[in-house]
Amino acid sequence: MPTMTTEPSVWRDAWVVSAKDLRIEMRSRVVMNQVLPFGLLVLVLFALALGPGRQTLIGAAPGLFWVAVLFSSVLAVQRSFSLESSDGARDGLRLAGLDPAGVFLGKAGAVAAQLGALEVVLGAGVVVLYGADVRSLLGLVAACLVATVGLAAAGTIYGALAAGLRVRETLLPFLLLPVVAPVLLAGTRAWQAALGSPPGAAGGASTGGGDPWMGVLVVFALVYVSLGVLLYGYLEEAA
Amino acid sequence: MSGMPDVTAGETQPAMGDRGLRPWSERTVWVVRILGIASLVGVAATVWLGLWVTPPDRVQGNLVRLVYVHPAVAWIALYVAFGTVGVASVLWLWPRTRSSFFDRLAASAMEIGTVFTGLTLVTGSIWGKPTWGVWWAWDARLTSTALLFVLQLGYLALRRVPSDPESRARRSAVAALVAALDVPIVHFSVLWWRTLHQKATVLTPTLSPKIHGIMAWTLLLGFVAFTLVFFWMLAVRMRSASIEDYLDDEGMDAALEERWAEGSSIAAESEEPAAAPVGTLVGAGMPATVKGGEL
Repeated sequence: MPTMTTEPSVWRDAWVVSAKDLRIEMRSRVVMNQVLPFGLLVLVLFALALGPGRQTLIGAAPGLFWVAVLFSSVLAVQRSFSLESSDGARDGLRLAGLDPAGVFLGKAGAVAAQLGALEVVLGAGVVVLYGADVRSLLGLVAACLVATVGLAAAGTIYGALAAGLRVRETLLPFLLLPVVAPVLLAGTRAWQAALGSPPGAAGGASTGGGDPWMGVLVVFALVYVSLGVLLYGYLEEAA
Repeated sequence: MSGMPDVTAGETQPAMGDRGLRPWSERTVWVVRILGIASLVGVAATVWLGLWVTPPDRVQGNLVRLVYVHPAVAWIALYVAFGTVGVASVLWLWPRTRSSFFDRLAASAMEIGTVFTGLTLVTGSIWGKPTWGVWWAWDARLTSTALLFVLQLGYLALRRVPSDPESRARRSAVAALVAALDVPIVHFSVLWWRTLHQKATVLTPTLSPKIHGIMAWTLLLGFVAFTLVFFWMLAVRMRSASIEDYLDDEGMDAALEERWAEGSSIAAESEEPAAAPVGTLVGAGMPATVKGGEL
């Protein structure tokens, strides 16, 4: 691949791709009308499974929130790549001369924006449905922002990996969910600290407060964003 | 096996350069054979020392004998196998060293590594039941190893998806690298979480083993024996992988030839009643056009 592109154009390419994906979402509303209700449905199903006891639900709220986010992120990533599965759109994107790193950042950015919106609604859902009270809004938002970057980056890598395969619908969750498990773990602990919910069966793990878990989220995000920037070119060629 | 010198061509033409089957040289055969014998002897010696020679532990009794198996198996699964997969994947991705050899190396090491990860979980579970009272504890290291096992199964599932060898190698190399980043998390998770799991015994920062005498030597022998077993299996598995690749190619060639023969015989038959020379002409012409179209 010729390296005529300079640094600013990576960001421009990212912006172009991001804007394209978000514009499609604005017009089709697939994530808003299907993925978001699915996330809320997951919250309701958890409540049905755990019973109506307020204490149980409040204790489990942080974990349930992140499981709902993880499930929704699989769908959001699948949607992001199914946009380009027909009419040779993937090849078109490749032939448009965009920098692969830019395409990666753009797609991940669009996924992150959609996940962010989703998290706002799901977070409100946790507060309303489970009756959790917020002790530190800043803590919740900070954990969400960093975790979303990591989730979107890892999701985009795996989305590209599975795109073009006939079995992608079943393969993607299997590949993606174990990789993002640290986000579930760290996000849950960070939220436990911010929601002031009891650590539950977690034992003495909350000794250091929420901070080491924010560290895990930051490292995860950095690792997967840089991996995506470095490796996305290879994945585009594999299609 | 030599790397492909010209790699820029890889984009348009699949890397087929070294896919032909080459017999192992006399020396390779001997090296692999000696490796096999050494690993079998090593495992036998570990079994003998571990079960009969070493004394039972004061606290754990005979259970302590699992220490000669479990850490060694885990060492292969988490470090040796995954390290091999990681290095091989990087070498495949790096254009100057790209060769189907490294793809086979990564795939074979991952397969064997998955078996060893499974064994790590099973032996750990067998050890956990009498000492902790449960088959499974939600300890950090157990959980991370289980996640790693799922990641490895994912890699193998990805490899099984039908796809052309070049893009399969590309996907697999990326998937392996992304998954390999879980291994440091496994290692450091022991420090991050408070854990039921025993801290490292031999590979402590100061490298001063906490167990002594014959037990330490048996433990060390176990590590060496299982490492030899891993590399022996790796050599044999890679051999069978290259034979599989070769058979795939051969099968394709054979199928193509069959089709050409079919085409020319049909052409010959239909022209039979007419003058024979025309028939042979068409018969000879057919394969060329088919060949041009197919390739």
